[in-house]
Amino acid sequence: MNAELSSDDLDFQDEVRRFLGSELPDDIRGRVESGGRLSKEQHVRWQKVVYERGWAGVNWPRQYGGTGWTPVQKHIFEKECARAYAPEFISFGLKMVGPVIYTFGTDEQKQRFLPSILSSDTWWCQGYSEPNAGSDLVALTTTAVRRGDHYVVNGAKTWTTYAHRADWMFCLVRTGAADVKSQEAITFLLIDMTSPGITVSPIITLDGAHEVNEVFLNDVKVPVDNRIGEENKGWSYAKFLLNHERTNIAKVAISRQRLSQLKSLLLVTPDGLGGFLSDDPAFSRKLAELEIELKALEFTELRTLSALSTGESPGPQSSILKVCGTEVAQRIDELFVEAAGMAGLPYRPDHYLGNAEVDQAGCVESYVNRTPWYFNNRKASIYGGSNEIQKNIIAKTVLGI
Amino acid sequence: MDLSYSEEQLLLKDSVSRFVARSYEFNRRRDNLHSSLGYSAENWALFAELGWLMIPFDEEDGGLGGSAVDLMILMEEFGKGLVVEPFLATTVLAGGLVAALGSDRQKGDYLSPVIDGAMQLAACYIEPDSRYCLSRVTTKAVRDGGGYVISGKKCVVLNGGHAENYLVVARTSGDSNDQSGISCFIVPNGVSGLSVDNYRMNDGVPAADLVFTDVRVPESSVLGAIGDGFKALESVVARATFAACAESVGIMDELLNKTVEYTKTRKQFGVPISSFQALQHRMVDMFIACEQSRSMLLMAACELDQGSESSLKAVSATKARVGQAARLVGQEAVQIHGGIGITDELDISHYFKRLTSIENLFGSVDYHVGRYMSA
Repeated sequence: MNAELSSDDLDFQDEVRRFLGSELPDDIRGRVESGGRLSKEQHVRWQKVVYERGWAGVNWPRQYGGTGWTPVQKHIFEKECARAYAPEFISFGLKMVGPVIYTFGTDEQKQRFLPSILSSDTWWCQGYSEPNAGSDLVALTTTAVRRGDHYVVNGAKTWTTYAHRADWMFCLVRTGAADVKSQEAITFLLIDMTSPGITVSPIITLDGAHEVNEVFLNDVKVPVDNRIGEENKGWSYAKFLLNHERTNIAKVAISRQRLSQLKSLLLVTPDGLGGFLSDDPAFSRKLAELEIELKALEFTELRTLSALSTGESPGPQSSILKVCGTEVAQRIDELFVEAAGMAGLPYRPDHYLGNAEVDQAGCVESYVNRTPWYFNNRKASIYGGSNEIQKNIIAKTVLGI
Repeated sequence: MDLSYSEEQLLLKDSVSRFVARSYEFNRRRDNLHSSLGYSAENWALFAELGWLMIPFDEEDGGLGGSAVDLMILMEEFGKGLVVEPFLATTVLAGGLVAALGSDRQKGDYLSPVIDGAMQLAACYIEPDSRYCLSRVTTKAVRDGGGYVISGKKCVVLNGGHAENYLVVARTSGDSNDQSGISCFIVPNGVSGLSVDNYRMNDGVPAADLVFTDVRVPESSVLGAIGDGFKALESVVARATFAACAESVGIMDELLNKTVEYTKTRKQFGVPISSFQALQHRMVDMFIACEQSRSMLLMAACELDQGSESSLKAVSATKARVGQAARLVGQEAVQIHGGIGITDELDISHYFKRLTSIENLFGSVDYHVGRYMSA
């Protein structure tokens, strides 16, 4: 047993560091470091740089233009990206629909959709949740009725992240008769967002950002060729997607980088007594306990990684990564807000939503985006199956209840 | 990077687990614990025969040169069975001190018989006002002629009643909190001037308080260099702390499994209580606590086996996290069992009491968070 990287992996780590050091644009790095929001142009520009290097398909098999990396290499890449303040890739294409298409799609679908996902020329959004189907996703009521070579889709989706920026949506719709068992009446469709009958309506979140939307579908025609796999089998593809690539779900590398950023900030944050917050025993203690929790999470993730590397199943501990990862991340958010003190009160949309430069050297300025981010990131324990749903799943699948 | 067990380690795990299944039926354990010795001499002889007492020691000292991972496997399985044989006291703590500080001759006299299962030892390093601080030593050893005279009090000495020899930490120079001036002596049980007050701890395990009144020991009883024992004490106690964390993780796993099984069979309101979401989520929280603790244990094992400078910090982080988990898992196991959980009859309360002992043994959560911060 050892937690060391092999010399090949260390070489790989160097290669990734060199790449990030020379290729990550300053404006993009600065936005991530300051906790501000990135524009679509910045996301696309960065993914194209990575794509040119051949690394955009981190988790994808080589035959579809992916890296074919080992689990440890993927882990190193994600860790180094976090360390360098590179933005996370938008997951809907690369991590969600891409794997569904290369696993269950037809050859025609693969050729048509996969290249532009990798190059970031096509943006995707996820049409899962509905106003009355949240945690109980299978209760969704958006319907698709077959008419010759296409479906006619009617209904409403909600919490659709980046629907306003997306070219395509992967969507769960109800196709079976009303008396069919719910899971067996769902179909997985790919819908062109420019189709007539689609209306996207913004939902502004508590931090003032426009990230999520309602999407209304009114007699939207979707060619049958845009269906993934078989009709009424959509639930199994959706489940595959939910279970796909759980290793980075804990976002350990990002939490670690943010914690170290917070520690640096404390060194220059006045404590009001002529010293700095880094000397405050009560605050230091909270920080230490959080750091220990993060260390535990890191090794829970490494245990999963180690099992995957040797071809074993990821093990029951992998089921806790989402719950623990979001809890740790949200506690870090809280500590940023606590540490900010009065500097956490002003809301500066020009910094947070816009592109105003944030001066990292000035203490007050470097806290400016932290409170909106704290508010925004309350989403982390809600999306992708709320933490309560995660616990239901763990109780059922791991504890056998 | 590979966090899996080797073939040999899987065999060891299987062997200890089979021993526990075979020899640790709950009532039999209780009889052994309630005997005057407090454990089974037969089991101890078996440990020696199976080579388990060799595991922590170097090959040149007659051991197996086992790693921290090996120690962890052994202690975790011991935890699952609530094993009461004094492996932690005699082998890890006292044996560890002899291995770290002893001369070849002392190792021949005191370590070889420990490895053979023929001798019991106990380490005396905690004092009434030392709390968890290892350098807080007020017991004095004063040079007198060809030997030393030891005076002072030691408390909660694990295995203190039946040890044939004591490893006594005493101050030979410096102030009461100095790290220098701490020395280690081997003192036989029954020596003139030594009084031993035997008792059981809350978990039923035997311990003792010792009073040394002008106890005379010869020069040959000094272990290691005079005044230079602190570093060895610190590293031996760190390893014992790690071992106790592994025992806790074994106990917590067992408590979780037993609790889950109980809720599946216990019916109220006409249904198994496992169907209640309020209980399901609490058991998931127990599971999370167990898994995060196990992750810390693996982290500390890797650091110890690498001999890295941060290994003391890693052990403190582990003890702190395991202590938090132990509080949660122990209390929840009792609560979810309801009335039967607070009886002496059911094993749950015994796991809970042992877990609670370990929570304070070698330092509480607060103490270890503090050490983590200052390391």
